[in-house]
Amino acid sequence: MTMLIEPDFGTPASKKNETVTVEIDGKSVTVPAETSIMRAAAMLGNNIPKLCATDRLKAFGSCRLCVVEIDGRNGTPSSCTTPVTEGMKVSTKTDRVQKIRRGVMELYMSDHPANCETGDECSMHSMAKEVGLTEVRYEGKTHLGLVKDETNPYFTFDSTECIVCNRCVRACDEVQGTFALTIENRGFEARVSSSGTSFIDSECVSCGACVQACPTGALTEKTLLTIGAPTRSVITTCAYCGVGCSFKAEMRGDEVVRMVPLKDGGANAGHSCVKGRFAWGYATHQDRITKPMIREKITDEWREVSFEEAIAFAAAGLKKIQAESGPDSIGGITSSRCTNEEVYVVQKMVRAAFGNNNVDTCARVCHSPTGYGLSKTFGTSAGTQDFESVEFSDVIMVIGANPAVAHPVFNSRMKQALRRGAKLIVVDPRVTETVKSAHVQADHHLQLMPGTNVAVINALAHVIATEGLIDRAFVEQRCDLEAFATWEKFISLPENSPETLEAASGVPAQKIREAARIFASAPNGAIYYGLGVTEHSQGSTMVMGIANLAMATGNIGRKGVGVNPLRGQNNVQGSCDMGSFPHELPGYRHISRDDVRDIYNKKWGVTLRAEPGLRIPNMFDSALGNKFRGLYVHGEDIAQSDPNTTHVHAALRSMDMVIVQDLFLNETSKFAHVFLPGTSFLEKDGTFTNAERRINRVRPVMPSKTGKTEYEVTCDLARAMGYDMSYENAAQIMDEIAATTPTFAGVSFEHLDRVGSLQWPVNEKAPEGTPTMHINEFVRGEGKFMPTPYVATLEKSTRKFPLLLTTGRILSQYNVGAQTRRTANNIWHSEDILDIHESDAEMRGIKDGSWVKLSSRVGETIMHARITDSVPAGVVYTTFHFPESGANVITTDYSDWATNCPEYKVTAVEISPSEKGPAVIHPHEIAGDSQLESIIRMANQIAANVPTTSAPEIEVAHHIVQFWTPEMRERLHNDVDRSKLDPIVLKAMELESVQ
Amino acid sequence: MSAIVYIPNDSAAISIGADQVAALIAQEAVKRSLDVTIIRNGTRGALWLETLVEVVTPQGRTAYGPVQPSDVSSLFDADFLSGGTHLLSLGLTEEIAWFAGQDRVTYKRVGIIDPLSLKDYESLGGLVGLRKAITQSGSEIVAEVTASGLRGRGGAGFPAGIKWKTVLDAQADQKYVCCNADEGDSGTFADRILIEADPFTLIEGMAIAAVAVGATEGFVYLRSEYPTAITRLRDAIAIAESAGVLGSSVLGSKHAFNLEVRVGAGSYVCGEETAMLESLEGKRGVIRSKPPLPAIAGLFGKPTIINNVLTLASVPEIMASGAAAYAARGTGRSLGTQVFQLAGNIARGGIIETAFGITLETLVKTFGGGTLSGKPLRAVQIGGPLGAYFNSSHLGVSMDYESLAAAGGMLGHGGVVLFDDSVDLAQQAKFAMEFCALESCGKCTPCRLGSTRGAETIEKIISGVDVPANKLLLLDLCEVMTDGSLCAMGGLTPLPVKSAMNNFPEDFTGGAR
Repeated sequence: MTMLIEPDFGTPASKKNETVTVEIDGKSVTVPAETSIMRAAAMLGNNIPKLCATDRLKAFGSCRLCVVEIDGRNGTPSSCTTPVTEGMKVSTKTDRVQKIRRGVMELYMSDHPANCETGDECSMHSMAKEVGLTEVRYEGKTHLGLVKDETNPYFTFDSTECIVCNRCVRACDEVQGTFALTIENRGFEARVSSSGTSFIDSECVSCGACVQACPTGALTEKTLLTIGAPTRSVITTCAYCGVGCSFKAEMRGDEVVRMVPLKDGGANAGHSCVKGRFAWGYATHQDRITKPMIREKITDEWREVSFEEAIAFAAAGLKKIQAESGPDSIGGITSSRCTNEEVYVVQKMVRAAFGNNNVDTCARVCHSPTGYGLSKTFGTSAGTQDFESVEFSDVIMVIGANPAVAHPVFNSRMKQALRRGAKLIVVDPRVTETVKSAHVQADHHLQLMPGTNVAVINALAHVIATEGLIDRAFVEQRCDLEAFATWEKFISLPENSPETLEAASGVPAQKIREAARIFASAPNGAIYYGLGVTEHSQGSTMVMGIANLAMATGNIGRKGVGVNPLRGQNNVQGSCDMGSFPHELPGYRHISRDDVRDIYNKKWGVTLRAEPGLRIPNMFDSALGNKFRGLYVHGEDIAQSDPNTTHVHAALRSMDMVIVQDLFLNETSKFAHVFLPGTSFLEKDGTFTNAERRINRVRPVMPSKTGKTEYEVTCDLARAMGYDMSYENAAQIMDEIAATTPTFAGVSFEHLDRVGSLQWPVNEKAPEGTPTMHINEFVRGEGKFMPTPYVATLEKSTRKFPLLLTTGRILSQYNVGAQTRRTANNIWHSEDILDIHESDAEMRGIKDGSWVKLSSRVGETIMHARITDSVPAGVVYTTFHFPESGANVITTDYSDWATNCPEYKVTAVEISPSEKGPAVIHPHEIAGDSQLESIIRMANQIAANVPTTSAPEIEVAHHIVQFWTPEMRERLHNDVDRSKLDPIVLKAMELESVQ
Repeated sequence: MSAIVYIPNDSAAISIGADQVAALIAQEAVKRSLDVTIIRNGTRGALWLETLVEVVTPQGRTAYGPVQPSDVSSLFDADFLSGGTHLLSLGLTEEIAWFAGQDRVTYKRVGIIDPLSLKDYESLGGLVGLRKAITQSGSEIVAEVTASGLRGRGGAGFPAGIKWKTVLDAQADQKYVCCNADEGDSGTFADRILIEADPFTLIEGMAIAAVAVGATEGFVYLRSEYPTAITRLRDAIAIAESAGVLGSSVLGSKHAFNLEVRVGAGSYVCGEETAMLESLEGKRGVIRSKPPLPAIAGLFGKPTIINNVLTLASVPEIMASGAAAYAARGTGRSLGTQVFQLAGNIARGGIIETAFGITLETLVKTFGGGTLSGKPLRAVQIGGPLGAYFNSSHLGVSMDYESLAAAGGMLGHGGVVLFDDSVDLAQQAKFAMEFCALESCGKCTPCRLGSTRGAETIEKIISGVDVPANKLLLLDLCEVMTDGSLCAMGGLTPLPVKSAMNNFPEDFTGGAR
């Protein structure tokens, strides 16, 4: 029960390899060249008094407390700004410097409150004592009458305590890169200012860097004033995006006072964003449900019951369904917001207790194409780099991602690289905050039409291949040459030239050529991508196209390069790693592999099925056919987040036993029969794995509000289903993961607690983890180029639906908003808004701020319009954070040909003015056999997209065997009207044998 | 034959009617059917004689001054166009004692030529230095400048050659030459006059610096309060560009050098070199910590020569006539000439360029003629608002870097400001603190807070409040500011304060003088 105080060496560590030896107050120390005297002294345990210096920021030299004397030199230089030199002799405590320090503190204290409201949070009084100041002789004008700025919901700015040390301004510039703060006026009137306006009206993004940097109480978390000073801290991991920032949860009793980013944090190195830093209040929000509830029918009222009763009720329901409709009639969905341990246990329950492979994860709807694409090309489903890598990049290509709002902490790191001169290429239909914001502008913005990613990546690769820009040495040394030759021939075809593809993508060929040359000629070129890549009908193709580009330019296997998916949720990487996909066991090993199943058969004492189970959309289709009737949904709100809401709702309504485990009564719980209360990240014990494969510890800072851990509840259900499983603690689950998964072999809580975090693979070859992957060889041996023909999506703008809708998110809100909507973040964004170009708006008589009806072929909704030039004519954009706006009511069931990741990013729509706001969404019945329609669509899509230039039917057959359930394959053979199938599918069917 | 009349277009001369004088002379000539060619030269620096009208006569340029617009008609009546005698006759300009006693090196052409005539400029030795420089290696040029003993004329007196060598030796893809023309010291105007009267000298000096160290871009940071200088320098740069003095090939050599004027925004502290760099980069003008030195990491982080106008303007003559000729002037380690500026309560104010080593007395009495009010001289402030106040016992001090330092002062930018016996040095000390409070960039604590506390404390002394305790506090404060400040602004503000206390203790006893 202690507070962790991280040491502050005053100035950042020097990156020099050479060392120098100096003497400070008679003690010798050897440090890297260019280390400051202050830091060298701190390494000796000699903390020279300082106020403006902190090791997160470059030395500034303004407070003048840290002055020292140096033998042979005149004057009293500041130790923070003076680097050590060989043989230097420094005195830090002479009478002369002590007198200066007292004099400086006397000046400071002559314009500082006698009693600070924030108590010890303000270091001024203790510093005065430290330097021996006993009396302030000055009397004169002060700033003590200035009024507090309390406009930010999370922190206050009290200028009376401000010492104008610039740490906040510098943190905003150097760490966050927003430049929202400045100093106004000169001399005595110099004051910190949020650029002449209140904090809430300024460019401030509330990342908290300034609050953290402030050495006084001038910038203070409001909770510190309302709750009081923290008394203990626990290191844990943020539960928002895939950056996975490490935080110190600073606690007073069982109450969180504040979340402070950890300087030692592997992913964030002391930085944070508004969500992780401040928006954790949802965890104790009054909407939390902490007691289990059940009901017979979804139209009944909920009834609070004991865990025992709820579990028994759920198990009975599931067992009844299986008895009636067979073992495959139920399944489960794991949560990318939960820990690896919780996810592992859920997938184990499905496979071992439910006795089928009907387990899928919400990663299905976000990064499943990453898994497919990177496995095919590199051999494993993961980003190749750590986040630090971006600091070594010369050219950074961001495709279909907007890290400025979705991965802000990574974005800050990227902006540091850009400010040092790295070039930025952004591929995005919109002028996003990453393309253009204060102090950052992309050098090349390839503004493509939604749905044409593959056209752009092919055009880029075409230029590289045909202009002699391929890194042949890398390709010859590292890649499968046969596959490369095929690819090179394919990509060099005129059909892949930027001039040909310009018509489809809308990106001028010249722009493509310039960007391609810049990327190919960079010493270190890195690619970062997001859901704007994956959530397309060619999501998997695009991921392979990206991998091809990285291999062709030799940008794999060292710092500064690589292919990096920016993961949406905190544990998307982990939930995929943990065997959440119906076709894969933990560690991305196909369920058909006997050797792998054997491991689990032995460990779990079961006989696993060798065929893949149902994917989420297949579950819905099957449910509508009344074959799939029971679902356990773990921490995901499929009723809001999945596309074509009407279809999803109909599927859920048709089920007989829906079990939801969550913090809140979310949209999905409206269709549930059992509600099992979940635990927030503040109550969990376990690990999250972030986008850089970094396994971070999540530690409970308070007792579970439900009285149980989530994995206990899962185990209880499994036992009630007749399969005995239980764990004493989360560490034991990780031990089982390590024992059964080669890439996790060296992971344990003990190891993690010792080193902080580990990037998998962690095994004999890499006992301390793997920051950069594929260094000497690819995981699959040789890197494999894949042909990536551009196939236009079926979702096209038509006369009826002439606009293309694309979706995204905003800084202050997160995903479906279940968490952030229950925080003060709503002050920045309290509804989803439709962005529309001026010309499209004018044509339709739409005014800025008016209600508009947005309709697609599957549904309609109403929201406010905003006229903006951030979208091109023909494209509209909205976020999906609020259930009221129901953005997914209009998204369709089109999906990635390989993984069924929904095509959220392209929906043909029409907009019209609306008199009134959103009405209640009325679901309509789904007609027809939706499973059969899906099977036809999926099969034809695979045939159109399969990455091969010869014998596609073999690949199609292989794909179907690998990813389809036996039942779906059976229906393909038996129930489908063959005239509706692509001839390639028909050929594939001949090859593929159905048992 | 047309009579040639020189009338300054210097902004100080214009401020007291030079333009009207010129217009009236032109009108009068038309009226009297006389053929007159008026050349607008720069001022020769005798501001007490402005408007100084010169007429070219067979004997040389004959001077009349100070000419008021109302004198024009009578000048014609006196046939001034032929050198006729008038009440304002000063004889041949060169023979005026005030000029004859000077040694004009840096100011060689100032006031003599049409500032924007490159032909005039070359006719008086212009471009000789640069022509020589482009035939030499960088280290040869730097060696010449080092041998001349030239030190920074902006105030710090750092040897220019050493600074240039640091930039020459620094490896970088881009280097810069920046001229500090943010002349903000009270009682100084030498930079302005040079730019207005002979801008090509500065351009040539910067080009030599650029050629020496391999810089291809240059900036002149010119204060916004000098609109005439801004326009004139920009015009001169345009002329130099079209003449091939500047641009992709300096005088046909392999050296490229482009020059641009950047205008300051009214901040005194931007005359400090690192604040100037911040301002040049488009940022708020605050002091940077050193190291790194600007010579290593200056403008946009690249190696940068930063010199004052007078430093750079001295270089062409050093290159043209050789280091030895320059170094033969002066005394001790203060070699060459200094352009002094006489101002304040002075009878004959203006520019005095002489070798270092002239006494203060010669400057203020022989050249300056004592106070304008005729009352006894009580104090002289040398070196701008951060310079020391001397009393009459210091009049024998030699005007060079070392002697002034030994006397508890500094030369600064060479400004000399006289005060008669009506001055209250406690008020002047308070003003020093107030000036610092107004102009402090606000970065470091001793300057930001100390200046205000200093002014408040001196006010208490003046008001007779706890005088001994407040004097002690003031001295403590001066020590913190001197030792603790980040730059010379806060570090030197105690100089006028303490010198006033030491040299005029009677003004610090409480109560108004």
